[in-house]
Amino acid sequence: MNRIEQKFKLLKEKNQKALVTFISAGDPDLKTTEELIYSLDQNGVDIVELGMPFSDPMADGPVIQRSSQRALQSGTNLNKIFTTVAHVRKKTQIPILLMGYYNPILQYGEEKFFKKCASVGVDGALIVDLPPQEGKRVKEIAQVNGCSLIFLLAPTSDPERIKLVCKNASGFIYYVSLTGITGAKLQSDLQKQSALKLLKKTTQLPVCIGFGIKTAEQAKKTSQLGDGVVIGSALIEMIEKHQGKKAPQEISTWIKKIAKAVH
Amino acid sequence: MKKSTKKNQWQSYNLPNHLGYFGEYGGQFVAETLMPALNELEAAYKKIRSDSHFKKEFKRLLKDYVGRPSPLYEAARLSQKLGHRIFLKREDLNHTGAHKVNNTLGQILLALKMGKKRIIAETGAGQHGVATATMCARFGLSCEVYMGAEDVQRQAPNVFRMKLLGAKVIAVHSGTATLKDAMNEALRDWISNVSNTYYCIGTVAGPHPYPMMVRDFQKIIGEETKQQILKSMNRLPDYVMACVGGGSNAMGMFYPFIKDTQVKLMGVEAAGYGIRSGKHAAAIVGGRLGVLHGQKSYLLQDAEGQIIPTHSISAGLDYPGVGPELSYLADQGRVQIVSATDKEALEGFEMLSHLEGIIPALESSHSLGYLKKYAKKLKKNSVIVLNLSGRGDKDLNTVAKLQKISL
Ligand SMILES: Cc1ncc(COP(=O)(O)O)c(C=O)c1O
Repeated sequence: MNRIEQKFKLLKEKNQKALVTFISAGDPDLKTTEELIYSLDQNGVDIVELGMPFSDPMADGPVIQRSSQRALQSGTNLNKIFTTVAHVRKKTQIPILLMGYYNPILQYGEEKFFKKCASVGVDGALIVDLPPQEGKRVKEIAQVNGCSLIFLLAPTSDPERIKLVCKNASGFIYYVSLTGITGAKLQSDLQKQSALKLLKKTTQLPVCIGFGIKTAEQAKKTSQLGDGVVIGSALIEMIEKHQGKKAPQEISTWIKKIAKAVH
Repeated sequence: MKKSTKKNQWQSYNLPNHLGYFGEYGGQFVAETLMPALNELEAAYKKIRSDSHFKKEFKRLLKDYVGRPSPLYEAARLSQKLGHRIFLKREDLNHTGAHKVNNTLGQILLALKMGKKRIIAETGAGQHGVATATMCARFGLSCEVYMGAEDVQRQAPNVFRMKLLGAKVIAVHSGTATLKDAMNEALRDWISNVSNTYYCIGTVAGPHPYPMMVRDFQKIIGEETKQQILKSMNRLPDYVMACVGGGSNAMGMFYPFIKDTQVKLMGVEAAGYGIRSGKHAAAIVGGRLGVLHGQKSYLLQDAEGQIIPTHSISAGLDYPGVGPELSYLADQGRVQIVSATDKEALEGFEMLSHLEGIIPALESSHSLGYLKKYAKKLKKNSVIVLNLSGRGDKDLNTVAKLQKISL
């Protein structure tokens, strides 16, 4: 059982929902990322998603686009992200998963990527543009290395896709709350979405809901519909506003409030 | 592989496979939100592909609205100068001035069948944008075209044309503000509005079924060419050439000739300031396998898999990727991929204008520039067909600026 699986087991025993947060590794630099991870960990976050920056993030809105751009400008690449995680692991066992697009991983080498994940203490990966039918090989490699491969589902997902994703997923399933890109506005029809209902009937895995969640109230309400929530753009906007370096302190009260609402 | 098996391979060529692969190239690398839409599109396309009503309507409009068949013109003075018999496939004479319209007509008819009322497209040179705007006007559909902010500048006449046709042009400032960023933005729009929106891709790239579908809508170019050359020469050509951006005019021309292995197929990519300068847009000549915009194919990227800024004098070729089928055909040796620099393209542009009274698009000028430079290396008196994918009116500003003339 890797750290993600352990975490969900623990939360289930405590009858708690999970708070998952997304930040771009290297925005504005990796030193700050490290500090941010400690701050998130100490203030109640359950799982950290670290974005691997890509020049062409086609499923992301302006906030995460800018954040990826800042990360690339600071010279962030996969090797440096792995070094940072290795360093972080000396202080915390918070589950960490890497999220990004397929091409940088393909160029790094899929085997090498997951071996490295295992050796530095990354627990899983979410590759936005690698749907399960394209990810068969990657899934096997991840599995061999004890990493979860997280897949997405969306309100547009039909029963066939839901079945396929559930069959291939591990760790948890990321349900995208809306038909859109990151940073869009949360929709009020969430509990009526038939894809979400069917998903919960189909899978044993935890379901985390993300996209559009910006406030503690939204986080609380949304988390009740699944097993956890993911917060990304709202947090990154805050990091952007606080010019990065001061961000770890500035976000702590806000994150604490959200964690309290979710737990 | 032995020659005979190679030949057989081409006799029975019928890629892509059911997953959208041409060998190891192609596929569907998209966010999960889009997967149902791609499945819906593929199903709808398969249905209309064998529907006789659809085929009839497509044929009729290609004839009456687009103006097909486009002539295959023997360029006598060009032939004399270069020492071959050179035929130009006149896609520049199509309505809207390029080959792009063949594909947009097909896709817009499909969108109508699917009941989609809102059309989005990306465009580089503006030719695909104009063709899409034209078809949307013709069929009363709403049309929004994403275009890199830099291309909005260099292709100003086409921007105005799209607006006159009632389309909304959205300038994209993200990334390098060129075609790839326009495609990112169009994909983001599609992800956000997938239920009522049809995404009309302008080349043989993107996730399956686009590369197959766009090729099928463009193959009329090669089919007509084959008939026309047989009629005038009573034999097939020695060489068939086309410029390569995403690869739609090339695939449209090449596809019907794949089985005819005696015909050499040549694609010309944009070498910009030269391949060694690193500032070019030649994905097959200068790139390596990667994944972008939903497909696996040759791609211009740095060591870490980040997409690198491209350069070409022609906005329509200024793209870091290329369609998966061309990547496959190049690897298999069925298509030879070469390149021409900005400078060579400009020479081709001038040559055709002076010798034949035809001002070619800067995209098509790349194959003319290549031919000018390498004509002596080809077997003497070869029969050569060159796909003149578009006319150069849209490029007058660009060329004038280089000559320090303001229009
Ligand atoms: C006239 C013309 N030729 C060629 C191209 C390149 O596209 P493709 O390689 O898909 O034919 C374009 C693209 O805008 C174009 O306008």
